[in-house]
Amino acid sequence: MTATGIGAPVRRKEDQRFITGKGRYVDDFNRPGQAHACFLRSPHAHAAIRGIDAGAARAMPGVLAVLTGEDLAADKVGGLICGWMIHSKDGTPMKAGAHPALAQGKVRYVGDHVAVVVAETLSQAKDAAEAIAVAYDLLPAVVETARAAGAGTVIHDVAPDNTVFNWHLGNQADVEAAFARAAHVTAIDLVNNRLVPNAIEPRAAIGDYDEAEEQFTLYTTSQNPHVARLVLSAFIGIAPENKLRVVAPDVGGGFGSKIFIYAEETVCVWAARKVGRPVKWTSDRTEAFLCDAHGRDHVTHAEMALDESGRILALKVHTIANLGAYLSTFASSVPTYLYAPLLSGQYNIPAIYCEVDGVYTNTAPVDAYRGAGRPEATFVIERLAEVAARQLGQDPARFRRRNYVKAFPHQTPVIMMYDGGDYAASLDKALEIADHKGFPRRRRESARNGKLRGLGFSSYIEACGIAPSQAVGSLGAGVGLWESAEVRVNPTGSIEVLTGSHSHGQGHETTFAQLVSDRLGVPIESVSIVHGDTDKVQFGMGTYGSRSGAVGMSAIAKALDKVVAKGRKVAAYALEAGEGDIEFKDGRFSVAGTDRSLAFGEVALQAYIAHKFTGAELEPGLKEGAFYDPTNFTFPAGVHICELEVDPDTGHVTIERFTAVDDFGNIINPMIVEGQVHGGIAQGVGQALFEGAVYDSDGQLVTASFMDYRMPRAEDLPSFEVGMTVTPCPSNPLGIKGCGEAGAIAAPAAVMNALTDALGHENIAMPATPLAVWRAAQASPHLQPAAAE
Amino acid sequence: MSSVSLTVNGKAVTADIDPRTLLVQYLRDSLRLTGTHVGCDTSQCGACVVHLDGQAVKACTVLTVQCEGREVTTIEGLASGGALHPMQAAFREHHGLQCGYCTPGMIMTAVDLVRRKGHALDEHTIRHELEGNICRCTGYHNIVKAIGAGAAAMAGGPQQAAAE
Amino acid sequence: MYAFAYHHPTSLKEAAGLLAKDADAKIVAGGHTLLPTMKQRLAAPGSLVDLARVPDLAGIERTPRAVTIGAMATHAMVADSAEIREAIPALTELAALIGDPAVRHRGTIGGSVANNDPAADYPAACLALGATIGTNKRKIAAEDYFTGLFETALEEGEIVTSVSFPIPHKAAYEKFRNPASRYALVGVFVAKRPSDIRVTVTGAGSNGVFRWTEAEEALAKRFSPKSLDGLSASPANLNSDLHADAAYRAHLIGVMARRAVQKAADR
Repeated sequence: MTATGIGAPVRRKEDQRFITGKGRYVDDFNRPGQAHACFLRSPHAHAAIRGIDAGAARAMPGVLAVLTGEDLAADKVGGLICGWMIHSKDGTPMKAGAHPALAQGKVRYVGDHVAVVVAETLSQAKDAAEAIAVAYDLLPAVVETARAAGAGTVIHDVAPDNTVFNWHLGNQADVEAAFARAAHVTAIDLVNNRLVPNAIEPRAAIGDYDEAEEQFTLYTTSQNPHVARLVLSAFIGIAPENKLRVVAPDVGGGFGSKIFIYAEETVCVWAARKVGRPVKWTSDRTEAFLCDAHGRDHVTHAEMALDESGRILALKVHTIANLGAYLSTFASSVPTYLYAPLLSGQYNIPAIYCEVDGVYTNTAPVDAYRGAGRPEATFVIERLAEVAARQLGQDPARFRRRNYVKAFPHQTPVIMMYDGGDYAASLDKALEIADHKGFPRRRRESARNGKLRGLGFSSYIEACGIAPSQAVGSLGAGVGLWESAEVRVNPTGSIEVLTGSHSHGQGHETTFAQLVSDRLGVPIESVSIVHGDTDKVQFGMGTYGSRSGAVGMSAIAKALDKVVAKGRKVAAYALEAGEGDIEFKDGRFSVAGTDRSLAFGEVALQAYIAHKFTGAELEPGLKEGAFYDPTNFTFPAGVHICELEVDPDTGHVTIERFTAVDDFGNIINPMIVEGQVHGGIAQGVGQALFEGAVYDSDGQLVTASFMDYRMPRAEDLPSFEVGMTVTPCPSNPLGIKGCGEAGAIAAPAAVMNALTDALGHENIAMPATPLAVWRAAQASPHLQPAAAE
Repeated sequence: MSSVSLTVNGKAVTADIDPRTLLVQYLRDSLRLTGTHVGCDTSQCGACVVHLDGQAVKACTVLTVQCEGREVTTIEGLASGGALHPMQAAFREHHGLQCGYCTPGMIMTAVDLVRRKGHALDEHTIRHELEGNICRCTGYHNIVKAIGAGAAAMAGGPQQAAAE
Repeated sequence: MYAFAYHHPTSLKEAAGLLAKDADAKIVAGGHTLLPTMKQRLAAPGSLVDLARVPDLAGIERTPRAVTIGAMATHAMVADSAEIREAIPALTELAALIGDPAVRHRGTIGGSVANNDPAADYPAACLALGATIGTNKRKIAAEDYFTGLFETALEEGEIVTSVSFPIPHKAAYEKFRNPASRYALVGVFVAKRPSDIRVTVTGAGSNGVFRWTEAEEALAKRFSPKSLDGLSASPANLNSDLHADAAYRAHLIGVMARRAVQKAADR
């Protein structure tokens, strides 16, 4: 391992600009002549629009335009789309209601886009938005996930019972047979609470139109600018792809919420041409709460069948998934194919059957949020495993170990073929780091202080490296999920790597450069990573689902192989040797068995000056591209252990220790990987203890700011104890599995298993707020009546 | 419109502005100092923290006109002479940032913390003092490490930082 | 934010004159309640009268019997004041629990008591210690000053200039924070004064800060947390919201009161 090669904790190249305030986020951009957009949003969860009177608003100072859904329709601007087709059990396609970027006839959630004002200044746009008179006929709001189907009020005419799909996976007959012969059945009811992603950078967009070139440019906070361009072009019809440039510069966190193509960027780019001025919109935090796609929101009943010894025989799961008022870009895939195929967890379960009902409600659209489906699946299987072990009187670690998949490849009953892993190794290491042996002593100490201490496991698996295009195509995806890379070697030997992946905190400018430095033996300083601009990078699928390492870097590796192969040819001419005799090692092309060699940079120069070969023999230049399509998902897995203490007097919970042992396969930069784990754990702990989006019965979002939605803060968390085990991934050339979502997937179950262990009963749901914990503590069998104040 | 004169990163500036212009808007829109960010509407996230007469304040909750005659330091003005400020260097060294959006506010808060509490900061103190800064990426683990190291490095003066 | 005119008077008299001229004028001190409200367009003052340049409003003065704090003293100034810590440590501790460090550099005691947010901390200290609120017109006893949610005895154009706290024998403040906003979900201030014992509660009451008289009576017999055993606050007239229902708040009042008494007794 070199100082900047694979496996080195290289300090990040991108940090210089961020720590000096020189990062360039969308809101930092301003275009000449730029105007500002303010969206008039629905104050009602569900209402018919009887009329919009924008006359007064249009006459206000600085107002350039007031545009509504009628204007969109007149311009034949298409609606927002959901790019993954799900079919119900009966074979019918999902019921996708129209999703115009500005409401047409009806609003369906608080925050829904009614009109946009474009004005000289933002204050003027806001003033004018307040002057628009909208006549609404109020309709009853459908809010509760479990009661949406058949609520009596129809949100979309195409789905008269508010059901988008009734989907299923697995073999019901096998499962019923297994339950019939089970010695024990564990059943639980779970709510997977609705979360608001809350990247600290709010979304923003600038639409710009160059009349001379008939060229649109959209600056946007996107995790996947090419997908945005494709959708805006092919489906929404803003402009042909070759006339639309999408730029996603520095992006301040995404966590899924910036994958999707939203109304605001659509409107900004469309309005730019309409008003003949660049149009800028930056979300405020309340708008982000109201309109960014939320995550999770499942209501689940799950049962596990076991034999006398505690071996899992089968799993039966029914989930109602709240998809919100409209289907967001990938909404349908999250509670289906990103969820049910992970229900087998790390366990050898012969039979699994899962039914999922996707429902509409008058709430913000729900889509992928860090983990996307996999945290929900992990929560189901890991809560079931813990409760089953408790009910059987078995040690939860031993229960898990007995049921682990031990031989690979392993075909689960729910699509996935696990390609490798060593789950017991992670468990052993986690038990050691967490000082599991010392827990009883610590628990007694807590009890002496009137506190309740608990320990909980989460033995998670996830499917990342999304995804083999043919496989996802057969499951309903509208696109392939390969990745592209282009490696451009300059005559001086410096290198630009153009990638379709997008970095919004993951450190690609460093890790991708490490790969290049390692493979080509060049200094990391001479490698630039170019991303986030459709004019520079030809195409790419973007960053989500922990795919940039496994898929994005594999594409780069493939292109690097081609560069080396071409370099060999060039070197052969330059060194006057046969191509077969050229070796490439440590950044030098050499003739085997001789001392004749050329550095990589010298070969690059030879490739461009082309003095040593004719055009008939070899094309000049050194630039190679590759599209990498994975052959399988990757399966990161590990064991997280949470230890916490409850103050039964107040309901306050202190996370005392949090141990994470993960197997991410080969690791490019351990410093960055650990950082990803830390961040994921914080979000997972946040889901378990702090965060929850709450709508009241009228569909008003009660938690619409940081004043009511509790974000994890530094004081809420301990320093984490992180360990790694490594089984290289056999399914990609780098052996990488992906690390971005593990913490968010694993942590909620670990925390809730620890909390229920502390309380001594299972009757508490996420988020376990102080109020909820205090209530639950009153019923704790661990508390002597005298101790309960 | 109101006239206001203040010092920003050591330079005297005068502006004729709408009184409702927040300090963060003036810094970002008029002075193009875009390192100071806006992450919420309720003075909670801390992405906008700058120093006003040497004290950390939330620039989203200060009117520019309230800064008449006062000194403002932003992330862009923290380092002097081309070298990184030790706290900046510590954030890089300890991977105290990911997307970078909360980072300027974190660093400005951390420097203020050292001013108030000194160079030997334990983990508990650092975590407690970060109550007004929200990060969604790092889980705070490495921010806490970075601030502890940065505080210690600040005792050593700029020489030590430049050597990192 | 809606447009407004901005004034920065250099005397109280000038400030009062500006307030008299515009019925929609508002005073801005630290601005940490007013500006967020204005940003959300929930307040639309015609003009702002900034007290920052009025001299001598931020002083801290200690006499043998009282600590007097100027209205423009920030929470950070109070939290860091050695004089106050020596006289009434509960007060510096309370100030250090308001908001966060950056907020404490701007928010002021005068702004806090003038606003009387039902979840603010200072009202609990004022009422428990028997503070006197000084204005440009008169002095008002805390008992007469806090009159309801965001309501005070202040008249139109009246400006808070100082808050004077008699020094108690012992006092302590315990706060259970709203987990999201960091305001008091329940805050209890306990003061053992020369004349009596007071227990005040903020964050919980549907009509703002109040005295928990049952606890005061119990503690008058013996100043010990044990005196409060078996005593619980009534959930009637307590707030219920997402973060805490009335029963939980009532319970927390008891817990925080016992902890505060213990802390005060240990001083």
